Amino acid sequence: MTTRTLSHLRELESEAIHIIREAVSELERPVLLFSGGKDSVVMLHLAVKAFWPAPVPFPVMHVDTGHNFGEVIAYRDATVERLGLRLVVASVQDYIDDGRLLERADGTRNPLQTQPLLDAIAEHRFDVVFGGGRRDEEKARAKERVVSLRDEFGQWDPRNQRPELWALYNPRHRPGEHVRVFPLSNWTELDVWRYIEAEDIELPNLYYAHDREVFARDGMWLAVGDVTEPREGETVETRRVRYRTVGDMSCTGAVESDAATIADVIAEVAVTRITERGATRADDRLTEAAMEDRKKEGYF
Amino acid sequence: MTTLTNDTTVAAGAAEQPAASGLAGATGTLLRLATAGSVDDGKSTLVGRLLYDSKAVLADQLDAVERVSRAKGLGHVDLALLTDGLRAEREQGITIDVAYRYFATGNRTFILADCPGHVQYTRNTVTGSSTADVLVLLVDIRKGVLEQTRRHLAVGQLLRVPTIIVAVNKIDLVDYDEATYERVAAEIAGVAADLGVPNLVTLPTSALVGDNIVDRSERMGWYDGPSLLELLEAAPAASEITELPFRFPVQLALRPQDAAPEFRDYRGYAGQVATGVVAVGDEVVVLPAGRRTRVSGIDTHDGPLDEAFAPQSVTIRLADEIDITRGDLIAAAADAPEPTQDLDGMVAWLAERGLRVGQKVLVKHGTRTVQGIVRDIHGRLDLDTLTPQATETLELNDIGRIRLRLAAPIAADDYTRSRRTGSFLLIDPQSGGTLAAGMVRGETSFSDAATIEPDQTLTWVI
Ligand SMILES: Nc1nc2c(ncn2[C@@H]2O[C@H](COP(=O)(O)OP(=O)(O)OP(=O)(O)O)[C@@H](O)[C@H]2O)c(=O)[nH]1
Ligand SMILES: [Mg+2]
Repeated sequence: MTTRTLSHLRELESEAIHIIREAVSELERPVLLFSGGKDSVVMLHLAVKAFWPAPVPFPVMHVDTGHNFGEVIAYRDATVERLGLRLVVASVQDYIDDGRLLERADGTRNPLQTQPLLDAIAEHRFDVVFGGGRRDEEKARAKERVVSLRDEFGQWDPRNQRPELWALYNPRHRPGEHVRVFPLSNWTELDVWRYIEAEDIELPNLYYAHDREVFARDGMWLAVGDVTEPREGETVETRRVRYRTVGDMSCTGAVESDAATIADVIAEVAVTRITERGATRADDRLTEAAMEDRKKEGYF
Repeated sequence: MTTLTNDTTVAAGAAEQPAASGLAGATGTLLRLATAGSVDDGKSTLVGRLLYDSKAVLADQLDAVERVSRAKGLGHVDLALLTDGLRAEREQGITIDVAYRYFATGNRTFILADCPGHVQYTRNTVTGSSTADVLVLLVDIRKGVLEQTRRHLAVGQLLRVPTIIVAVNKIDLVDYDEATYERVAAEIAGVAADLGVPNLVTLPTSALVGDNIVDRSERMGWYDGPSLLELLEAAPAASEITELPFRFPVQLALRPQDAAPEFRDYRGYAGQVATGVVAVGDEVVVLPAGRRTRVSGIDTHDGPLDEAFAPQSVTIRLADEIDITRGDLIAAAADAPEPTQDLDGMVAWLAERGLRVGQKVLVKHGTRTVQGIVRDIHGRLDLDTLTPQATETLELNDIGRIRLRLAAPIAADDYTRSRRTGSFLLIDPQSGGTLAAGMVRGETSFSDAATIEPDQTLTWVI
């Protein structure tokens, strides 16, 4: 007899496709958050699979901090073009320019993304917002439902989440509320990379080892760029690095690495002793509950 | 690999060893595990210990947990902090909502759902247990079986979690005494027998010290059974879902008018195979309408398939043009459920406001949502006697049996036969909130005429 068992990677894929189809079928106005980072790239790949041969039936949105890696924006635009998608950009820079948001003293713009995100959701009346968040990323994310309710202020109430039973997702909500949907909830960083290998998915090349001018700050390697100038006492050097996550340049660090191919990265991730956010995100180190606090306010 | 943080963050123990069994495996089949048991019985500590002793805790996570433990003035590292990640949980030292953690051994990948013990958060424990292949029920050996222990065992049985393992925990606090263990194990076995739980496995553990979690303990010469991890590695996965008859709830019809020209006339039905196997050429019936046809194609983005099996997500094409929409069920023609508008089911009531006869609800079954009205409440489970008791209402955390009249038929299976196609939700039509987890009872659910015993003689078992 043939054994009919899915590998755990294919089971995760099937689960994610099921989640995406459910949310789109139950509600009216979905949007997918697309930054060009590996998780959002995998999520979009799954959306393509979920509706094939029909095109992806919703737009994508990028909350643009204005502190971007050029190659990531180029990748974003090429992908949107290739798939014939509509791109909505919510620009943090616009908010800073007209005074609705104030630049922070530390220069970090990640926490500033929440307001433009919520405004864009309200303006376009999006009722389903697909996010690439994974429960293995961070301890507050470990608590998140697959389909997670946000009140009319965009807030998450982690103490009072809706029960989520079997694979019977319930995205119903009152007018003004919306749901965040996380198809990659049960994926780990390693699952994402194994899937990228299995599906041969193209990523921005800064995920692979390259030589870059960097300087050390807060135990991370930051790239020298328009928004990340070394301060006094910080010396610039050329190092072979890659990025484990892609976010706002001012608070996303690189790790030293020789991993130039997908297989190299998988080997590296499989034996790493540091979580991806621990290694690369200054904003999560601010306080014990930095992520929880941001999420409660409506962050991704 | 070298990273800056690697040099600056050298945590004890786990950090020095490579993740040989931590993340490196990540192949093989998936096993979903949930914890249960009364407040403070050690669920989160046990999950933390399982992760720590199998080297699945990364250095920066351990570092953070050590820091918080020190700040709290603890003499040891509180491994419960690995899952109790919310601010309120850390302040109060309790679990409020389910935390999901992931780890792999050589041959298995695990999804761990660490659930709360407090009665106020039972809805979250039901959430974690509903998808579990294994429930690990903890009992504090000093306290024995408590009301929450009984409730959670009832939930595990009601939800038909395939394997239930009881960890009689904190054995270190009774000097690893065999007689005390035997007494508590017998007590829980008695409750399990009353609830009809088959083949319960029980073992003595100390989550705090690490006895019998990953490695077999050397402090209990009298116990020569496997450790918890050994039990988990051997537990059957939910592979038998492919042996049930074919069921395919249609999520949406794909008729891409704006696709590439060769697909302009395409018409397929997208969904996830809930149970069973389907092959091209198979005869199927579309429910609730009852039209028969054959499968003419099974498509995926990666190309066509000859057959599909649970839990694959695919798109099915049919030989005949039939009007099919979301909410319809494509089932094996030879073994299909009978559509019904009368539903007899068990429910776990999860909402603050109680359920009354005459109340209107939405019923979500598979991909179909229909209106329903509560006709009868056929008793609630009394947790002291573990027998049904007559009642006018179902209140928060009650387990009860109800009958619903539906505005349109659904095609459901007996939950005890199929978790995937026998489960349903009750939803509040106004707020959209989820009110209850429901399980179809097979024996009487498909008949309008099914008799209901008078209240004095409630005889059902969950
Ligand atoms: N001596 C001893 N203490 C333990 C053991 N397991 C847990 N504890 C302690 O019991 C207390 C409660 O542990 P938790 O793991 O938070 O309990 P829990 O079951 O997760 O609690 P809730 O999630 O709030 O229901 C903590 O102080 C633990 O250190 C054990 O095996 N032996
Ligand atoms: Mg706990």
